[in-house]
Amino acid sequence: MEASTLAITILWSLLFVYSILGSLDFGAGFWGMIYGKKEEKSAAQIANRFLSPTWEVTNVFLVIFVVSVVTFFPFATTLLGSVLLVPVALGILLLTIRTTFMVFQHHAGKYQDLLRLTSGFTGLIIPALLVSILPITLGGFVIFENDYPRLQYGELLTHPTLYMHILFGLSTELFISAMFLMDYAKEAEDWDAYDTFRKHSLWLGPISIAIAMLTIGTFPSEASWIVENIQQNWIAFGLSLLFFLIGYALLFVKKKDGHRGLARFAVIMIGLQYAVAIYAYGSAHLPYLIYPDLTIADGFTNPETFYQMLIVYAVGFGILIPAFILFWRLFLKDRRYLKQE
Amino acid sequence: MDIVVMARALFGTSLGFHIIYATIGVGLPVMIIIAEVLHFIKKDPDYALMAKRWTKGFAILLAVSIASGTIVGVMISLLFPDFMEIVGQVIALPFQMEIFAFLIEAVFMSIYLYAADRLPPTLRLVSIISVALGATASAILITDVHAWMNTPAGFNITPDGEITDVDTWAAFFNPSFGVTAMHVTLSAYTTVAFLIASIAALRLMRRKISSAERTYHKKALTIALYFGALMSLATAINGHDTAQMLHEYNPRKLAAAEGLFETQRYAPLSIGGYTSLEDQRVKYAIEIPYALSFLADDRFDTEVIGLNEFPEELWPPLYVHILFNVMVGIGTVLILVAFLALFWKHVLKREFPNWLLAILVVSGPLAMIAIEAGWCFSCIGRQPWTINQVLRTEDAATKSNSVGFLFYLFMTLYITLLFVTGFVMRYYFKHNPVREDLEARGV
Repeated sequence: MEASTLAITILWSLLFVYSILGSLDFGAGFWGMIYGKKEEKSAAQIANRFLSPTWEVTNVFLVIFVVSVVTFFPFATTLLGSVLLVPVALGILLLTIRTTFMVFQHHAGKYQDLLRLTSGFTGLIIPALLVSILPITLGGFVIFENDYPRLQYGELLTHPTLYMHILFGLSTELFISAMFLMDYAKEAEDWDAYDTFRKHSLWLGPISIAIAMLTIGTFPSEASWIVENIQQNWIAFGLSLLFFLIGYALLFVKKKDGHRGLARFAVIMIGLQYAVAIYAYGSAHLPYLIYPDLTIADGFTNPETFYQMLIVYAVGFGILIPAFILFWRLFLKDRRYLKQE
Repeated sequence: MDIVVMARALFGTSLGFHIIYATIGVGLPVMIIIAEVLHFIKKDPDYALMAKRWTKGFAILLAVSIASGTIVGVMISLLFPDFMEIVGQVIALPFQMEIFAFLIEAVFMSIYLYAADRLPPTLRLVSIISVALGATASAILITDVHAWMNTPAGFNITPDGEITDVDTWAAFFNPSFGVTAMHVTLSAYTTVAFLIASIAALRLMRRKISSAERTYHKKALTIALYFGALMSLATAINGHDTAQMLHEYNPRKLAAAEGLFETQRYAPLSIGGYTSLEDQRVKYAIEIPYALSFLADDRFDTEVIGLNEFPEELWPPLYVHILFNVMVGIGTVLILVAFLALFWKHVLKREFPNWLLAILVVSGPLAMIAIEAGWCFSCIGRQPWTINQVLRTEDAATKSNSVGFLFYLFMTLYITLLFVTGFVMRYYFKHNPVREDLEARGV
């Protein structure tokens, strides 16, 4: 494999990890808001219990992704930085408000309602902003004035594909988080919350798939290159759909204890669904970072530096594996944490 | 306004804001370790309580620290894309390593915060030590990039801007890395020690506190004073090395810091005052003959390079002399205060009088001002360069005209967050006073 292809594969892997972790994080914030006030309080508790220890780690993965883009593809920073300045800056501004308010929520009891609303709404707006980067890369929204790239806000904001991408992002976020929290609730043996999140998974699943397919139909005319690539790669996308169908079907399996749904297997299947879809989409996006101005080969750093960075990644994640295992045991397995009052 | 100026203003305020929380984030876990270890040795529950309460404060501030750190990390790529283009080719390693240090800190912080009561004592200690190591390593690695900007190494650049002959480790171990990383770490430890001293002194100045509370705050103050005395002294010694590094590798910056125009042997040191361009000297300063030469290279006849050796458009703004003096001045005051307080406690064996407590109360905020002045000095003193003698700031900055609007937006955010963090800290510690924790223990 060529070094730049390896680099972009790692980048898409990191994007996959962040899109899952981010969906869980933002989704949990949203569900926490929805159920915070109501009778079905345990659903909110489950969401918050997951969110408290994990948001920092999720946030680090966002930083890893950004730093990886910049360090693997330094020649892309000028174009990316100029074009994405406003959406990304607004995203991190809101992320800051969300992060701080979420933590403050635990320390200033009286203001819980305001703080919960903030973390719930930003849980929708931030993913919407982040996912709006995707259509920008497809082509047609960037022009050059005196050699300097500018994002065509008017074009972008009036194009239906932006809104379909946002809908796609939000439905995916809510589906993934509902599925995961369902499994998390099961681990905590909180069947009330389990039923709530299963119910949401049932309607969000088909909707997210339908929106994903419709979104491709709204791609701008400049994006015919990627649509062709997607059509050529139909096997991978079909495989992704298959994983979805299996995962979805598993939600209906009735178990001996009377509860419906093989939660853990279903979650794994949905994870596979998105992994396959992201890699397939990533390979259809090749060779461009931003069509038609920037290819991965244009942006790539020198291979020697890249291989040294790879060693850093290997050593870094190697050191962290025991920490991740400990983390998993304490917050995703330990009944004393999951079932506390 | 000019886009370059706005980009610098936006990044500068973002960094200035982040520095406050990042400095506390680096120093406070070390204080928590000290309290945990003292509890482990002395079995005195006061120290356990201290660790617990400091951790609460840390958790609140860490949220802002992580969020603002994310802003700074993303913003530098957005606002200075041509700078990051070179960074990505030459000095990417510390950036990447920093993420892993940050990840270690984040994972263990969650463990320490949310699982402390489920962990055996040794694992709890391992967790907080990992937090401190992660935080300090983060600071050192990011400082490495800053140091490299001052003393770039490990590459060649062709006249048309192409980077060749990259040696990533030569860049990593650039000439100023060691001293600068030490300086950032030690000064962060110093600052947090004095912030803790401030809070404890403020509590001790209150008339109506129980004797159990008094004992508790005195213990906290003692830890802070010892650690603060040690660290402020170490910072000063290392600061001297930093000045000598400047003399060797970055004489332009040293000349601006000291307001020295003419290259000379037996150069005097000017303390205070402001650098006057017309008079070519520092006005209203106290001059110590020969001292600058001696500081620069341990000999009175050392030749110190003056600003006039460089074309005027390559001078940093002359007010950096003031920033430099604020940093050094406060650093000196802190050493004196810490040793005076320890002298009072151990030699005179007397209670702290109110005037001394009052000085201690202001010592923490002063230390933070010194940190800010130091960072401003280091970054403004490098101007007009972003990478010293390689890339000018005006060439590195973005050309996007949205920067102005973002500047006002982020300023609003920072000012709001400063107030809100202050408010939340007050709210939390007012509703959970030490008194209640002590009473709950039956003291």
